[in-house]
Amino acid sequence: MKPAPFAYYRPTSLEDAAARLAEGVDDGAMILAGGQSLVPMMALRVAYPSELIDLNVLPDLGTPFIDGTALVVPALTRHASFHKADPAFGVTGRMMAEVVRHIAHYPIRQRGTFCGSLAHADPSSEWALTANVLGAELELLSTRGTRRVPIADWCDGAMSTTREPDEILVATHLPLLSETTRTGFCEISRRAGDFALGMALVAIEVQGDTITAARVGLGGIEDAPRRIAEAEAELIGQPATPDTFAKAADAAMAVVEAMGDATTPPEYRRDLAGTVIRRALAQAIA
Amino acid sequence: MTAPKLPNARRSAWIGQSVPRLEDRPLVAGLGRFVADLNRPRQLHARIVRSAHACGRIAEIDTSDALAIPGVTVWTAETLGDVPRIPFRATRISGLEPYVQPILAVERVRYVGEPVAVVFAEDPYVAEDATELVMVDIDEDVAPILDARAKPGEFLPGIGSEPTVVRKGYGDVEAAFAAAAHVVELDLATGRHSGIPMEPRGALADWDAGRQHLDLWGATKRPHWNRDRLAEIFGLSPTQIDLHEPHVGGGFGIRGELYPEDLLVCLGAMRLGRPVKWIEDRREHMMAANHSREQQHLIRAAVDTDGRILAIDETLHHDQGAYVRTHGARVADMSIGLLLGPYRVPAYAARAHFRLTAKTPAATYRAPGRFEGSFVRERLMDAIAQRLEMDPLELRRRNFIRADEMPFERGLTALESEVVLDSGDYDGLLSKALEFCGWSDMHAKAAKRRADGEAVGVGLGFFVEKSGLGPSELVRMSVATDGSIEIVTGAASLGQGMETAIAQIAADTLGADYRTCRVIHGQTARIDHGWGAHASRVTVMTGEATRRAATELKDRALDMAAELLDTEITYLVLDDGLATDTATGHSVTLAEIVKALDPVSPKRGHRTPGLTAEAWFHNTHMNYPYGAHIAMVAVDRDTGRTSVERYAISYDVGRAVNPAMIEGQIMGGLAQGLGGALLEEFRYDEDGQPLSVTFADYLMPTSAEMPEVAIQILQDAPSPLNPLGLKGSGEAGVTAAGAAIAAAVDDALQRPGLVKRLPVTPQYLHARIAEYDAERGQ
Ligand SMILES: Cc1cc2nc3c(=O)[nH]c(=O)nc-3n(C[C@H](O)[C@H](O)[C@H](O)COP(=O)(O)OP(=O)(O)OC[C@H]3O[C@@H](n4cnc5c(N)ncnc54)[C@H](O)[C@@H]3O)c2cc1C
Repeated sequence: MKPAPFAYYRPTSLEDAAARLAEGVDDGAMILAGGQSLVPMMALRVAYPSELIDLNVLPDLGTPFIDGTALVVPALTRHASFHKADPAFGVTGRMMAEVVRHIAHYPIRQRGTFCGSLAHADPSSEWALTANVLGAELELLSTRGTRRVPIADWCDGAMSTTREPDEILVATHLPLLSETTRTGFCEISRRAGDFALGMALVAIEVQGDTITAARVGLGGIEDAPRRIAEAEAELIGQPATPDTFAKAADAAMAVVEAMGDATTPPEYRRDLAGTVIRRALAQAIA
Repeated sequence: MTAPKLPNARRSAWIGQSVPRLEDRPLVAGLGRFVADLNRPRQLHARIVRSAHACGRIAEIDTSDALAIPGVTVWTAETLGDVPRIPFRATRISGLEPYVQPILAVERVRYVGEPVAVVFAEDPYVAEDATELVMVDIDEDVAPILDARAKPGEFLPGIGSEPTVVRKGYGDVEAAFAAAAHVVELDLATGRHSGIPMEPRGALADWDAGRQHLDLWGATKRPHWNRDRLAEIFGLSPTQIDLHEPHVGGGFGIRGELYPEDLLVCLGAMRLGRPVKWIEDRREHMMAANHSREQQHLIRAAVDTDGRILAIDETLHHDQGAYVRTHGARVADMSIGLLLGPYRVPAYAARAHFRLTAKTPAATYRAPGRFEGSFVRERLMDAIAQRLEMDPLELRRRNFIRADEMPFERGLTALESEVVLDSGDYDGLLSKALEFCGWSDMHAKAAKRRADGEAVGVGLGFFVEKSGLGPSELVRMSVATDGSIEIVTGAASLGQGMETAIAQIAADTLGADYRTCRVIHGQTARIDHGWGAHASRVTVMTGEATRRAATELKDRALDMAAELLDTEITYLVLDDGLATDTATGHSVTLAEIVKALDPVSPKRGHRTPGLTAEAWFHNTHMNYPYGAHIAMVAVDRDTGRTSVERYAISYDVGRAVNPAMIEGQIMGGLAQGLGGALLEEFRYDEDGQPLSVTFADYLMPTSAEMPEVAIQILQDAPSPLNPLGLKGSGEAGVTAAGAAIAAAVDDALQRPGLVKRLPVTPQYLHARIAEYDAERGQ
């Protein structure tokens, strides 16, 4: 569990990092962010970067901030930045403070980054789920310039994204939720801190007893987190009751393409999809 | 003349005190020296090339690319030449010889992770780079056997993959089943799991060509046995080899056996003329160090109308993995030898099919055979109670061997000794355990929460442990001229606290401060004999040998002191390192006594110089501590996830030398027991590829998964087999964890007999509930 030889580069700016990446990417140069996924993969020799371009040496990329109606999360924002809900981030900040507790363990959250998690694109990434529910836009930089990708177009399979190999994810833009939004999150994992077997993040608006808007995100079940429109459709215009939630859960179970592996059969994950949606919705109105 | 009374309470009454551990200071101060911390000048680093295939013929091993790296040496079985295979400890079970493991695979590979070549290089990174360049071409000619119940195949032409069937029993089982009012049958399984010490294995060997002497650091547990086997394998005298035990980050039965890596490191040092170091990484550990526990049990009980067991019949399939290792067939043997636990069983027949599969070889892991057996036996007791509509506790009480039947001869053997339960009051312990945990209150709370819609349940597992395995142990104890005490034993320490326990026994017996005792262990150069640390034996075996040595030292010290104080021995007490004349109040220190015994001291007279004593303790029988595990769990019906909310363990240890350390042993053991009950499993896919080779896939319980635990240590049944009444405590925390959890999960879901295999993972439970309900048409 010792990595193969690699070179190490300290960029002077994001632009310098992008230039260096463009130069070395064909040989296998890679961006190093928090290192909490990449370094273990190197130790296991499933990743063989020729060179690591270390973003950690760059200043001013750590603190999330508000830009208009969006929360901007720059490339080096650690998971732990969201431990305490910044009042300025409103409902969105409180929701993320709840979600972040489920990502790995305390020391890992001090290093791992929000953008690194999106770039790594594990099917059980809490931040990828969050980004889906919030309708994030991802800002990418390369020597060809910058572009923005909506989250719906980001993941194209487990651990795979539409990022060009020479692009750096420099920031994620998260549209803030309205202050009347109610959110709920439910994650089931084997042990505290493990990757989710399944999780749901929901954001709903309720007027009187009626649900007027709904976003239902599901993670860990399919090969990438996404919103489940069929479940959302069951909610809108309906009373916020366990019956309604059960219908939404059933709708999701009917459409998900649950992953299966040697430990967890797809039937288990399909059932779990229903369970986490029901519970997240119940939490939202509790 | 009657001996005078002690003036005050004895200050050296260390036995029974929860004194702080002597071994903690260097460990908490970061001063520990583990094998990875040790280095020798000019050392090379070894790295093992491991098979990526579960089964197949070695077509070709191409080492040329690896050899092109400067300073790299590569050996395969071919270049290694003829080196004897790793032997196993002899037992009455014969026929295992063809199945022992070569140190590098010969002709065939038999599991993923099997060593096929070894690389030596200047540093561990280069060594790992080079192993990647060794090309091993395997011809997968037959499909791997991955189920111990599958039809056995061929290990070698004409030699089958079932090395032996161990049979045990007594009484007329057939007649008992014919006469039985009820027959209860269960088909149960325990998953493959094992000891995962925080520190992986490691070895550092140095060959001194001038002195023709080999030093090996690392392998611990059975230092003397290992030394003697290494001597045989290398054609050396045992006097040419020293094994050194450094600090150890946990053993649990799996560390310190002789593995291929230990031999490769020694051979490297001898043949390359440079010290060789090898440190296992975690992924290697998961596929190279001994596995354990995977067994399938078909068990039947014949029972009368009152719930009395008339006979038990058991068929066991033991999944040994690819080779026979140093333990031989001991786990299978022990599983059926100790299966019956605390119950009276008039007739018994058991057969253990010891079968090879294409998995990492297996051996003992903390509470071997008893974790599995307690799960099976206690499941059976619950199933009988269910069938007869009896209270499961009452059923157990009816079948318990009574205290007045002790010592109780089982008519069975385990670990080569007759099973004679030495002492115990099982019924009494059960009553105390129920009161201690608040059994009725726990039940009432669980019932109330079930009525409110939760799935909460309580379960109990009763168990009998075994400890104090002989055959012998030797201790040499000396007092130095400063009054400090050295105790040398051939037993080993795996971090369990043996230094403290032995110091307490020595200091208590002699009359000294336990902190003045230094316990030397695991160093073959310091003592000629030793049986190491395993089978919960050290406190019993080394403890009693220490008591004997200390008694002799005390007599000799007082003899000298009487002359120095001009009095008679009967007036003297030795306490806290001071021999005091109770008549006059005059005293001499141990240091003064030792100085008086100096070879050239005029005061010595004809006494033996110095203050050193050696004592042996021989023991042909094990002793049998016992206890109960009680668990309260909550199951998430939708997800199948089980959380353990409360846990209580009551354990009779005979005589508790250090209750806090015993609690620590039990607590640590329980974490492993809960791991096996709920989380940990080495899984394989259908090609024999291991799926659990990192901590992301092999799930150990963390502090977040540990429940609140209450531990009750009882001393109602001291062992009659040694004067202090000692029994061991190393394994009690593990033994009945699977049993208790299974019963609690059944209770939580109100589905008797639901749990049939361990670990009870969410995925298993989710599928099993559906199966159970379908079977019963619900
Ligand atoms: C024990 C353990 C448990 C974990 N549990 C969870 C969990 O429950 N949920 C969860 O979501 N994660 C979990 N993780 C992963 C953790 O959250 C990682 O931090 C995260 O997945 C990757 O972020 P990072 O900053 O560490 O990225 P790195 O490891 O540095 O990089 C990961 C990958 O992304 C690329 N990359 C990183 N940043 C950028 C960028 N800005 N632009 C382009 N490419 C980039 C790298 O080149 C690399 O390919 C766990 C990790 C561990 C070790």
